[in-house]
Amino acid sequence: MNIAATTPRATEIQSMTRSDTPLVRFHGVRKSFGELEVLKGIDLEVASGEVVALIGRSGSGKSTALRCVNGLERINAGELTVCGRALHGGKVDLRDLRQDVGIVFQSYNLFPHLTVEQNVTLAPRKVHKIGAAEARDLAEQVLAQVGLSEKAKNYPEQLSGGQQQRVAIARSLAMRPKLILFDEVTSALDPELTGEVLRVIAKLAAEGMTMMLVTHEMAFARSVADQVVFMHQGRIWESGKGDMLDDPQTPELRQFVGNGL
Amino acid sequence: MFGLTIEQIAFIFRGAGWTIVLSLLGFVGGTLLGLPVALARASRRRSLKIVSGLFVQLVQGIPLPVIMFVVYFGISIGGYDVPALVAAGIAMTLYSSAYLGEIWRGCIQAVPKTQWEAGECLALTNTQRFVFVILPQALRMAVPPTVGFLVQIVKNTSYAVVIGFFDLTYSAKVINNSTFMPFTVFTIAALIYFAICFPMSVMARRFERRLNRT
Repeated sequence: MNIAATTPRATEIQSMTRSDTPLVRFHGVRKSFGELEVLKGIDLEVASGEVVALIGRSGSGKSTALRCVNGLERINAGELTVCGRALHGGKVDLRDLRQDVGIVFQSYNLFPHLTVEQNVTLAPRKVHKIGAAEARDLAEQVLAQVGLSEKAKNYPEQLSGGQQQRVAIARSLAMRPKLILFDEVTSALDPELTGEVLRVIAKLAAEGMTMMLVTHEMAFARSVADQVVFMHQGRIWESGKGDMLDDPQTPELRQFVGNGL
Repeated sequence: MFGLTIEQIAFIFRGAGWTIVLSLLGFVGGTLLGLPVALARASRRRSLKIVSGLFVQLVQGIPLPVIMFVVYFGISIGGYDVPALVAAGIAMTLYSSAYLGEIWRGCIQAVPKTQWEAGECLALTNTQRFVFVILPQALRMAVPPTVGFLVQIVKNTSYAVVIGFFDLTYSAKVINNSTFMPFTVFTIAALIYFAICFPMSVMARRFERRLNRT
């Protein structure tokens, strides 16, 4: 698959993403579940068109940080701005936010009673109120982006895990988000299927989509991410370009990378 | 036939017709009232949960014949003279809605939480999520237990005999009173009940197998 393939959509995204204010800005963000503080002051900025990989052990807070971005978790302190909306204090219009921020889950969470095409177009039809013909075109377009045009009429159970995950990515793309969150999207897949999903993500990255990924795929983080963020015990322990993984500055990252590779 | 005249057997069958009518009333009424009960029981709002929970506990804690009496005589105290069919229909509605409501609540709650979350993350409203994501999946699960409960409805319509409703049990009793052949008469009634219920049991089992396959 040609990762750098340019589609009409790519130019559209790139023209949209030329702006200097970061799309996501964490400032001193804290989050607790009861007594347990899982985020202990996070500072992080994600620019338009940037790909940020969050890595770290289970329980380091990376998934929680990701889920805060689309309001699945509410922060307790600090400031979090996403696509121009403040998610701290006050009431947040989450439905409005989620039209700009897509998310893809580890367990796909496709709708089992709907075909692939219906999965992809449900939200655009109901939320953006697009018509049937437009929905069909949209489905064709986003399914082509993930290489699954021929599966439009199939049900999720008829697809492999990797294909289901690519449908989930297409479902997210169909909402025309400014940012997509990926929460350990390959953790349930075998290496071969992981590869096909990662190739789709890399292609989206090359097309200029802004993404935040929680991942355990170190090689992928190194090669695709503009910014790698290593989280440890609820803090950002180390961050930098992908090559920081080759030269860890902290014993924690050294040990993590050592175990991971 | 079996020592009974054709007229007597036809009389028993006329009762069977009314048993079916009352069963349908109970099922339709039970569905109309049971759906909101299921929604209220599965709702996140505490007040709805409590009120619907009380209703279910109340109905499930009272024997059906007693519900029949209370409805029948309750209405006549209010000064209205209603046919036994109406009173029995109301009682069957209350009874079925409490059980169907609980069955359907279970089906709604059996749809994985992650399906709600996926709908939420696609910016669907609460209603849209329920109608387009949760309900279709809950309905599929609901078919086998619902058809199975229909059998309970049919059998339990026989309690309407306590308020003098003319159904299969009642008509059998009348024929027995004039023929004094209780074993023959009630065996015929039993066979008719079975003939109505058995196909539904088979259907319920078939639906369940189909559901488990997919």
